[in-house]
Amino acid sequence: MEEHNHGHDAHTQVGDSHEMTSYEKRAGAILSLLTEKGVVASDEIWRAIDDMDSRTPALGAKVVARAWVDPEFKAQLLTDTKAALTELDVDIGSLNTVVALENTDKVHNVVVCTLCSCYPRTILGVPPDWYKSLSYRSRVVVDPRGVLREFGLELDPDVEVRVYDSTADIRYLVIPSRPAGTEAATEDELAGLVSRDSMIGVAMASAPGK
Amino acid sequence: MEARFNAGDRVRIRVDYPAGHFRTPGYIQGKTGTVAGVHGTFRNPESLAKGGDGLPRQYLYLVRFDQTHVWENYNASPQDKLLIDIYEHWLEPVCQS
Repeated sequence: MEEHNHGHDAHTQVGDSHEMTSYEKRAGAILSLLTEKGVVASDEIWRAIDDMDSRTPALGAKVVARAWVDPEFKAQLLTDTKAALTELDVDIGSLNTVVALENTDKVHNVVVCTLCSCYPRTILGVPPDWYKSLSYRSRVVVDPRGVLREFGLELDPDVEVRVYDSTADIRYLVIPSRPAGTEAATEDELAGLVSRDSMIGVAMASAPGK
Repeated sequence: MEARFNAGDRVRIRVDYPAGHFRTPGYIQGKTGTVAGVHGTFRNPESLAKGGDGLPRQYLYLVRFDQTHVWENYNASPQDKLLIDIYEHWLEPVCQS
């Protein structure tokens, strides 16, 4: 493996100026083979990238806000997540099954993938770097309260902490608790309080006016 | 094909390191938990990773563990839980006493 190849070969992506890692080189080589042999067309790949880029935590925030204002929707979201998402026109495809977990004042759910970086991408988009870090993945299962404290979240000892290790085909979406003082807020205003981190379970939804 | 286990069943995670790819974390192997739910059937990732068809499909379970059972030194709160998705062929029944 050439360590000093600065990546100016044919597989370099647009705007890529850093030194390519061996994994990037390998991915590039596989990609050109797949297109050369007609297995996939490059416009299919760009369409998939566009689809991925269009998915952001705003999609999840919309789902959570609806669950806060509509108890029937929330009940369906917790029992048949796919059907509830379809009702909101959120297409999660058929690759994975999404399951929603509700945080309450008694139970706090937090999600990790200790094996790699499984993440509900169809609803939250691309995962943050810390979610993929060895530090988060290895520590949140062993010491969840300590890791949550580093995120600024101190949980009462009475709260049951449930760590979900999403090792397989299920992708978990956390429904954070609705913040106090939001009785008069509109659904759009509520969605603005739902951060990406609160849907992973490492933060609470924001208080209004913050 | 029926699910071998139901919610509430006590199960032990097999200890095994099969060649190639598998999705049962080492830290949970040998531990005992309770089936919290049955997700349905999915293609076996150990076969898919080798270019196989993933068949027969495997039941996938949500298994719940007490943190104090998984980690000897876990002293934060005895009610804290760890929940992991595990395929059926990794589960062994535990005699209910």
